[in-house]
Amino acid sequence: MRGSPGEIIVALAGQPNSGKSTIFNALTGARQHVANYPGITVEKKTGTYRFDGRKTVVVDLPGTYSLTSYTQEERVSRNFLLHEKPAAVVDVVDASNLERNLYLVFQLAEMGIPMALALNMMDVAGQRGLRIDTEQLSRQVGMPVVPTIGNRGKGIKDLREAIDWISKDGDAPQTSLRLDYGTALEPVLGRLEKRLSENVILAAHYPLRWLALKLMENDNEAQRLVREHAENKEYILSSVARERELFQSEQEQTAEQAIAIMRYQIAGEIVERCVKREKEEQRTLTDRIDEVVCNRVAGPIFLGGVLFLLYYLTMKIGGEHIAPWAWKYWAMLRDVIASVLPAEGLIRSLLLSGIVDGVFAIMNYLPIFLILFLLIAILEDSGYMARVAFIMDRALRAFGLHGQSTLPMILGGVVVGGCAIPGVMATRAMKDQKARMTTIMIVPLMNCMAKVPLYVLLVSIFFKEHQAIMLWFMSLITLGVALIVASVLSLTVLKRQESEPFILEMPPYHLPTITGVLRRAIERTWLFVKKVITIIVAVAIVVWVFITFPGLSEERNAYYDGEVNNATETFMKNMGEDNPYAELLAGSGLKEFGGYWDDYKKQRMGAKSKDAKHALKEKFSREDLEFFKIVNKGKGLDGKKDKYAKKVYTAYKSLDKTLKRLDTARRKETVHVSFAGRFGRSLEPVSKFAGFDWKVNIALASSFAAKENLVATLGTIYSVGEESSGTTLATAMEEDTAETWTPVHALALMLFVALFPPCIATLIMVRVETGSTKWMLFAATYPIILGFIIAVIVFQGGQLLSLTAVQVMTFFSLFIFTILAATYFVGERSASGRQMSS
Amino acid sequence: MTLDQMKPGNECRIVKVNMEGVAGQRLLDMGFIPGTAISVIRNAPLMDPIDIRVKGYMLALRRSEAKGVEVTPL
Repeated sequence: MRGSPGEIIVALAGQPNSGKSTIFNALTGARQHVANYPGITVEKKTGTYRFDGRKTVVVDLPGTYSLTSYTQEERVSRNFLLHEKPAAVVDVVDASNLERNLYLVFQLAEMGIPMALALNMMDVAGQRGLRIDTEQLSRQVGMPVVPTIGNRGKGIKDLREAIDWISKDGDAPQTSLRLDYGTALEPVLGRLEKRLSENVILAAHYPLRWLALKLMENDNEAQRLVREHAENKEYILSSVARERELFQSEQEQTAEQAIAIMRYQIAGEIVERCVKREKEEQRTLTDRIDEVVCNRVAGPIFLGGVLFLLYYLTMKIGGEHIAPWAWKYWAMLRDVIASVLPAEGLIRSLLLSGIVDGVFAIMNYLPIFLILFLLIAILEDSGYMARVAFIMDRALRAFGLHGQSTLPMILGGVVVGGCAIPGVMATRAMKDQKARMTTIMIVPLMNCMAKVPLYVLLVSIFFKEHQAIMLWFMSLITLGVALIVASVLSLTVLKRQESEPFILEMPPYHLPTITGVLRRAIERTWLFVKKVITIIVAVAIVVWVFITFPGLSEERNAYYDGEVNNATETFMKNMGEDNPYAELLAGSGLKEFGGYWDDYKKQRMGAKSKDAKHALKEKFSREDLEFFKIVNKGKGLDGKKDKYAKKVYTAYKSLDKTLKRLDTARRKETVHVSFAGRFGRSLEPVSKFAGFDWKVNIALASSFAAKENLVATLGTIYSVGEESSGTTLATAMEEDTAETWTPVHALALMLFVALFPPCIATLIMVRVETGSTKWMLFAATYPIILGFIIAVIVFQGGQLLSLTAVQVMTFFSLFIFTILAATYFVGERSASGRQMSS
Repeated sequence: MTLDQMKPGNECRIVKVNMEGVAGQRLLDMGFIPGTAISVIRNAPLMDPIDIRVKGYMLALRRSEAKGVEVTPL
């Protein structure tokens, strides 16, 4: 692939933990672009640099140990090299682990593209007492070898020079490495290559010796290439099958075994010739850390500590301190936007209540995400993640999960108060596709931060004596349900997903670099912002339309307008016609005063100390002395009484109350007759089996956009004014539900919300991470069905047997944990079954 | 004897990988070649997976996979 004229494309390959990303960053600097390979979720990073006036595009291939067709990453790398035909390949090689890395070098070389080695982590190799003769190595592998230290940018200039040299047209030196697979295999390879060469298309587009090797390895993709492009495909495939059988019976090993053995044998010989060990192998720092961190007793404790710290720093420090601090600036921005919008009417309502508030509700989480992604990047780069998987794997795999599912589940909120979005995004590190899909599907069942306010609200009304126990119950029960769901999904709908064996390298510990960590954290935060904002805007508009239209009838609007006029007239009368303030408050003056009154009340609430109160009074009296006398109950700043002002105060206070009441009633009625209200009522015949009335239905429907809406919508419906705080809503709900609701109602609702479908933002990330709309829809629908069934069982069961909520809760927990135990054993059986068959 | 039967702290040599398909191929890729020395370092807290050293690096694998690796103790 030559790209545009004068531009070349270079592929960057390498095994995991070889420091490939540090080389990529050092080569390309800030000029990077992240996307996905089409149709799949493997990340494709590209970057550019200029060398000698020529633009070089570097494509970062996924890190792989080999180039088989078993994993998505390997297929992606292979297909890129085969079909995009880059001008050169750079293989980043871990100098301290040369033998295993050469195994990949050989396979890349067989694909026939000019190649260079970046012999990375020379410093680590040096510390271990390894001295590598790079010139000798270069001769042995037949390609340029450049020693580098990626995280310090050493050797990058030489590497760019080498890339330039090998990718030059015309005098490009062909990679001269050609492995000799021995007397048993070479004749077979020769025969196959000859047969393949009879096909014009194959011969023109694919390296035939490589293809012959892959066919002998029984490689699916290679067979597919033959089937697609070869005229004599039947003949070729049947002769491959014959050759493989013959080889196996003569050599007593499969061809793929023999090929791997030869590669390692040659790698071993090269290492022998090029590497000198200057000191005896000794216990490294990594060994000593692992002694503690992977210890049977200390390991899990340390893991618990790390996870607690992660949770504490993000949810407590980030959520309770940094996010509110940042919220001040979001709020300022919102005020600026509000001030430029038209003062009244539908447009303002749409833009402000619909779009701006919808987007800002999500943006509120941005600082938390940034902190979280920073911490995750540190954990990933340090090498600790592999240890987490090592410690947790046994406990999780019976449920179709994986040791690597730990972090996504913690982020989702195993302990009350996570967020499913970073949880779903964190599954990206998982290589086992089946376990990864299962994890993505259950992370939204965890208890995210936005579900908690509803729990707290309901618990504070219906379970006053058992508040803490109920919250614990919720987090335990959701974990139990999530594990059962994981088990069921992995044995049913996800059964056919690709699974990978758990063979996980435990890389040496590394001190993460600041730039590397920052870069990754910002990249992920940006991915979230980019994906989510556009869709949230669309959804916010839809939700707004549904709760605003068709709006009140003219008759009802006229009724409310009339009531407002009546109230205003009463106010004027109460104030007295001879009142000197009457003129001031006539016409638009009343409105102006209304704003002043609200401001004063609001700020008065915030002013706690005596000094603050005094400062506030001074400020407002400076603003408008007349108005101030009224709001200050007829007293000036000097304490002098004004009986007229006092009279206005009393009259306005009652007007204000009436206006607020009318406003809420109007809004309540608007919601009631809106599409959302009709929808909520139309669901009532079904939802009543779980004990939900239409108000709850609307609140649940609105929480699709963001779970925060749940309590906010309940606030609107339960006629709480705009300054609703949790306590007032609790009181309003308690009054409203006193006769009709039992704690069992509340329990059913809490369980339903716990399992309720992920918010839109999470669904978008599910779409991004699964690469499939179908799976996104699945993730959106199955929780509704499951949640509804559970809510109905709990509600009906509780009603029929007239149990208290605590009794229902106990029965339900026993029920869930019995099933959990059963699934565990089923999972174990099927796991050992798989082992027998393999 | 198979790798999953080895106790932590002991060393062995690979005789053969008795596995096909993706698990077998992955073990070969990671250097599970006949004659290669393995030292078993530790068990995970719940006894599974196991942590081993092979060809100078550390690797964790489940017992179900280790069962497919035939070894002789050293």
